[in-house]
Amino acid sequence: MHRIFTALIAAFALSIGGTAQARISIDITQGNVEPMPIAVPNFLGGDDSARQLGVDITEVLMNDLERSGLFQVIDQRAYIEEPMVNARPTFANWRIINAQVLVVGEVEELGDGRIQVSTRIWDVTSDEQLGAVAYKTPADNWRRASHKVADFIYKTLTGEDGYFDTRVVFIHETGPKENRNKRLMIMDQDGANPVPLTDGLNYKALTPRFSPTQQQITYMALFDNRPGQVYLFNIETGEQEPLGTFRGMTFAPRFSPDGREVLMSIERGGNSDVFKMDLATRRLTRLTDNPAIDVSPSMSPDGRRITFASDRGGSQQIYVMNADGSNQKRITFGQGRYQTPVWSPRGDLIAFTRQYRGRFYIGVIRPDGTGERLLTESYLDEGPTWSPNGRVLMFFREPRPGAGSSLWSVDLTGRNLRRVRTPGDASDPAWSPMLP
Amino acid sequence: MKNFTKFTGVIAALTLVSACATSSGPDVDATAGAGTNAGAGPTGPVPGTQGDLENSAGHRVFFAYDQYTLTPQAQATLARQAAWLQEYPETRIKLAGNCDERGTREYNLALGARRAEAARSYLVSLGVSANRITTVSYGKERPIATGSNEQAWAQNRNATTTIESVGS
Repeated sequence: MHRIFTALIAAFALSIGGTAQARISIDITQGNVEPMPIAVPNFLGGDDSARQLGVDITEVLMNDLERSGLFQVIDQRAYIEEPMVNARPTFANWRIINAQVLVVGEVEELGDGRIQVSTRIWDVTSDEQLGAVAYKTPADNWRRASHKVADFIYKTLTGEDGYFDTRVVFIHETGPKENRNKRLMIMDQDGANPVPLTDGLNYKALTPRFSPTQQQITYMALFDNRPGQVYLFNIETGEQEPLGTFRGMTFAPRFSPDGREVLMSIERGGNSDVFKMDLATRRLTRLTDNPAIDVSPSMSPDGRRITFASDRGGSQQIYVMNADGSNQKRITFGQGRYQTPVWSPRGDLIAFTRQYRGRFYIGVIRPDGTGERLLTESYLDEGPTWSPNGRVLMFFREPRPGAGSSLWSVDLTGRNLRRVRTPGDASDPAWSPMLP
Repeated sequence: MKNFTKFTGVIAALTLVSACATSSGPDVDATAGAGTNAGAGPTGPVPGTQGDLENSAGHRVFFAYDQYTLTPQAQATLARQAAWLQEYPETRIKLAGNCDERGTREYNLALGARRAEAARSYLVSLGVSANRITTVSYGKERPIATGSNEQAWAQNRNATTTIESVGS
């Protein structure tokens, strides 16, 4: 995965005719943004194979843009012009089909097994170039090149980092409901390239979480005849190890934002409390000491605070405390049960699962307990995970009793709800950081 | 509850067909425990086996929604289990705590641990040696009733006793 891209190469003229001053932009903080009409003609190529790659890359790119909910990709059949990447398009040809933005691209085979994917973004309303980028990468890595282009477009038009060049680790479910096979699987954010990670193991894998800094996962292994334990799994080597030896169950693990610690719950004599473990020294620090159930810890991106769920008040609610365990404060007071709090990578919100009158909801709330908003609802919606830019949530859903579970994503407006493609039933998604 | 006992009886009977009748001793496979019925005559399961425990004491106690306190029925079942375990002092058991599907995975793992512990400490209070019991929580991962209704959920909120080994 390393050094696979060379970006912004000099050979590609970054600007053609006029300055790149972004006039058009999307404010993704607005609740009800109309999708921006964008034209994405197929990326061109010099020969048949480059042209085919161009078509494939464009398809992945259009899918990313469309699924974000921020863009409405105009049907290619409406296009009247086949624009070249190193020429100014005829803007009138794009205004007439109501495009606001035009993306033009080209694929070039470099002869050493690599390709160069060059992209230019035009503001059709002001006839200006908004940005240009080129990536060199091995030809079989073309999907990631598409996602990188999508991230570039997203950043150019919103001013924020994208989330398309990312992966998702999740639990692949098969077998009867009484005893499901549950294995770790990893795939691209858009559902492509699913790969099983823990085939052939005789235990269930649950609640995987990505390290924010390394190609590493922590998850819980649920055994038949001894208490479940938290494991570390190295995605690159496939090596894994239990995170210490414990008499009781260890579960609900999650990395700290610097990747150096794992927060988790440890059960002793039936009672669960929150601990953190330093991964280098394996030193354990107790953070809560309460006869109630304390679970699902998640650290704020600045490392100063931790949110967790506890039933110490009579039913499960969300709490926030300092990273050393001091100053434990309840932040949710609504009806029903609040669980699985997850701090946004932006720091501004905590996502959660709420259970109320027989339904499950995914929602967000500010860390001070104000501004609660519910984004989704079904028979079972559970376990939100944040996109690395803190703008999209993925979770799993059992839409009706007895229906298999599947992965879904929703943006912070709650309007852009999409099913995420997986090979079969899936649960417990965890979003990776941006890939290196 | 009555219906449910019948239901497990059917499962046990089905298990007979494929299970090995000769298994005994420390290596007995607890998961196939009901299969040791195969050696039994018309009078019932072989004494000291999982099937015997299920018949003479009951191997499951049930909980109310989001609760881990033992009901009077649960205490009565555990008292019979304790008496049964006194008869077979070498037998070790596993207590598994289970939850219905109307909760999140992580909370249910914690709640299942509570239920297993509630059953364990009651058995210990009745004189069963603590080192004969291991506890485990399956959370909502191992439902015995696969329906999505109150009846199924009530069955899935349990602590289940399984024989781990029958001798030293």
